[in-house]
Amino acid sequence: MKELWKRKDLLGLQELSSEEIQLILDTADSFKEISLRAIKKVPALRGKTIVNLFLEPSTRTRTSFELAAKRLSADTVNISASASSFTKGETLKDTARNLQALKIDILIMRHSAAGSARFLADILDASVINAGDGAHEHPTQALLDLFTLKQKKGKIKNLNVTIIGDILHSRVARSNIWGLTKLGANVTVAGPATLMPVGIERLGVTVCTDVNKAIKQADAINILRIQMERQKTNLFPSIREYRDLYGIDLEKLKNASKDILVMHPGPINRDVEISSEVADSSYSVILDQVTNGLAVRMAVLYLVAGSAAVLEVN
Amino acid sequence: MDILIKGGRIVDPSQDFDCIADLGINMGKIVACGSGIKEKANKVVDATGLIVVPGLIDMHVHFREPGMEEKETIYTGMRAAAKGGFSSVATMPNTKPATDNEGIVKYILTKTAEKPLINVFPVAAATLARDGKQMTEIGELKKAGAVALSDDGDCITNSALLRRILEYAGSLDMPVLEHCEDPVLSGQGVMNESIMSTILGLKGIPAASEVVMVARDLTLCKMTGSRLHIQHVSSAGSVELIRWAKSKGVPVTAETAPHYLVLTDDDLHSYSTMLKVKPPIGSKHDREELIKAVKDGTIDAIASDHAPHLHAEKDVEFDYAPFGMIGLESSIPLIMETLINPGILDFKDLVRLMSLNPANILGLKGKGSLKRGADGDVTLIDPEKEVVLTKDYFESKSINTPFLNWKCKGAPTSLFVSGKQILKDEKIIG
Amino acid sequence: MTKRQEKIIRIMEPDQLRRVIMRISHEILEKTENHEDLAIVGIVTRGAHLARRVVDNIKEIEGINPPFGILDITLHRDDLDISGTREMHKTEINFDLNEKNIVLVDDVLFSGRTVRAALDEITDYGRPKKIQLAVLIDRGHRELPIRADCVGKNIPTSFDEKVRVHLKEEDGEDVVLLVKQED
Repeated sequence: MKELWKRKDLLGLQELSSEEIQLILDTADSFKEISLRAIKKVPALRGKTIVNLFLEPSTRTRTSFELAAKRLSADTVNISASASSFTKGETLKDTARNLQALKIDILIMRHSAAGSARFLADILDASVINAGDGAHEHPTQALLDLFTLKQKKGKIKNLNVTIIGDILHSRVARSNIWGLTKLGANVTVAGPATLMPVGIERLGVTVCTDVNKAIKQADAINILRIQMERQKTNLFPSIREYRDLYGIDLEKLKNASKDILVMHPGPINRDVEISSEVADSSYSVILDQVTNGLAVRMAVLYLVAGSAAVLEVN
Repeated sequence: MDILIKGGRIVDPSQDFDCIADLGINMGKIVACGSGIKEKANKVVDATGLIVVPGLIDMHVHFREPGMEEKETIYTGMRAAAKGGFSSVATMPNTKPATDNEGIVKYILTKTAEKPLINVFPVAAATLARDGKQMTEIGELKKAGAVALSDDGDCITNSALLRRILEYAGSLDMPVLEHCEDPVLSGQGVMNESIMSTILGLKGIPAASEVVMVARDLTLCKMTGSRLHIQHVSSAGSVELIRWAKSKGVPVTAETAPHYLVLTDDDLHSYSTMLKVKPPIGSKHDREELIKAVKDGTIDAIASDHAPHLHAEKDVEFDYAPFGMIGLESSIPLIMETLINPGILDFKDLVRLMSLNPANILGLKGKGSLKRGADGDVTLIDPEKEVVLTKDYFESKSINTPFLNWKCKGAPTSLFVSGKQILKDEKIIG
Repeated sequence: MTKRQEKIIRIMEPDQLRRVIMRISHEILEKTENHEDLAIVGIVTRGAHLARRVVDNIKEIEGINPPFGILDITLHRDDLDISGTREMHKTEINFDLNEKNIVLVDDVLFSGRTVRAALDEITDYGRPKKIQLAVLIDRGHRELPIRADCVGKNIPTSFDEKVRVHLKEEDGEDVVLLVKQED
């Protein structure tokens, strides 16, 4: 008998065992089929209330979660606000308590402050799913990346995966590093030295500032979105130079493996970190990632929803 | 004589004294210090098994009055100090408005005198409104009762201005206390930049933010020859530079705080906002170097940087919480538990770091010593007393401490200020 | 907690099982007017194995190859808050079931809740003309108004007894066991 899911919350991949990650991926595999049915809906979470609390702009993650919840027949409510204006009115804790009083079952939160998902998880009886907290973690994105890798390459163990770009500010990079290393992949992080966080090599990854070198042996590359405003803080001199040195185009891929996978968490800046030719090429699995994201999020919602019963028995 | 403290172990490095002896106080002054004092006293305090030391001095506290009385008042701050065994404190000038004129210095002294418990020595701002642009009227501030200058909370980043302040204050024999931080290097950082900030995804403050300013300050200190004191040293790099400067005879002194000696940035894994302080808690290596530095005298003083904040202000996302923790009540129990009981520091070190040197740095006459004629400020520490730092243990109006419910062995049990007993059996009676 | 003794009785041997499945296959064919509309859907896990055997039998008897599907009803259960999540398998229905005559196959019919979930799930795929139910064992104790059209064997049981169907594909041998809890 496989291990059951025992966690109330999903806050990050750092705290998960490889078995738990595997369980989510296996469960997601079963969920993929639902979106292909005539009626794309199962009653698993009928009567559950799910709140999408998004304090940072996000269209795709919120939509993905919302669709996932709806396909599981849960009722969903969206709260969107900017964290800064939000905190002027009511503290996050007070908002959380209000939601608790409304007897919600699952809270999905996106917030610019690292640690905020955990902050709420400690207060609430409801399950909390971290949809991105600052530069800390974005577990469902990494899970859907792992799912896509496994789908396309048949395995994750011993794959060479290179994450390229703004590692410093990226929660996607961090969650991917935890997930990939736990499942036995070899991870390289590549990008300008100014966008490398201190001590990242201690997480068991190889650091490389030469992108050409970093993609040579890669089975897959995960290209991170570059925030245009970063150049204002002197993290790199210009978009032009970033594109030239670190942007992935067909020219750079010439040295890479012929069946390299190109991933991107989106939304992509066409012809900045990724050229249009690459984004639309046969290497690209960017849209598969989006499709898989739905299955992964359905799996996560289903697992945490069932945790209440498991935790009660124990 | 008024009071005779009998049979305690008197530790007073100012006269190189460490033995079981008696201490006599009369008219608020020490009148006798030695074994077998026969003279009759109005009140005899049995100090058997206790450590008797010169009244402790916390040279770095924030009492928030005037302006932020919801966090702490001078009175509640004094109660916290008394509970922690401190007979004197130096209050930082980041009040609202800043302590940048004689009026506010006098206000603090008046408020202290209204319900006197301990000695409060105001530190005045070095620049008007602490905005780092124009120096305050240092001479007038000194006359009003300020003992030192500091823009604590902020660094005086304008090097030319700091040079002039050092020169001018030096001529008036006023020490300058510096909060060393390059605000641009710190940026939006909220914790030490390290593998921990990388894992937690929190913005880091590089240790270099402190170290570059220490280097600049030491250079200006050497150049002007004026006394400079570096506040809340938190990193190994700063220690190394201060040690070098001292070896060259630069007139610099330095302090660190108990939390830098007890905690490391690994402790931030829980995102507890109680651990959000400035400068940020450093790495294990920083902690080890700081401990060496307090032991070998590179760092002269331990001060709490007692910084009260409301619970509601701290009960938010890590990014949004204010910097600072309270520390007056927990200082001695923590130092006992983590440094003295394991044998890293001894009581002589403790008195040197928390009474003698602070008195010398701030020029507090009659403090930091139990010599005849010194002020009757005495702290009694029970090294066997086991305390739990529960909510009730704290007297401060705020409770922002990461040490809540820590168990420590060794705590102050009595305090005399100018011969008046303020703390008895750990309770404030003043 | 002291572990209660289990008393195990073998109530169906491999040969018997094979014959019963064959009989069910014949019954299904008899009860279906138009064999072209026939489709067999098994409920995960052992129901799916049984269904596959039924399909093989039908192929042998009639020379036809009815569409075959498997149904994982986990997401249609009504006990998520009581029992939590379960290990999930994939539902695989790769044919158009509109206007089909579906025979749903499971190993044991008990409360009827699994069948209820399966009926709900099947209708998410389309509108079959007819749905019938074939089970290997009917052990009684229905909690819903559900009955089987083909039953391999009726085994009256008490509530604290369990019927365990072991199949070669899953468990290494074909046998049906009645497990009694004894104090």
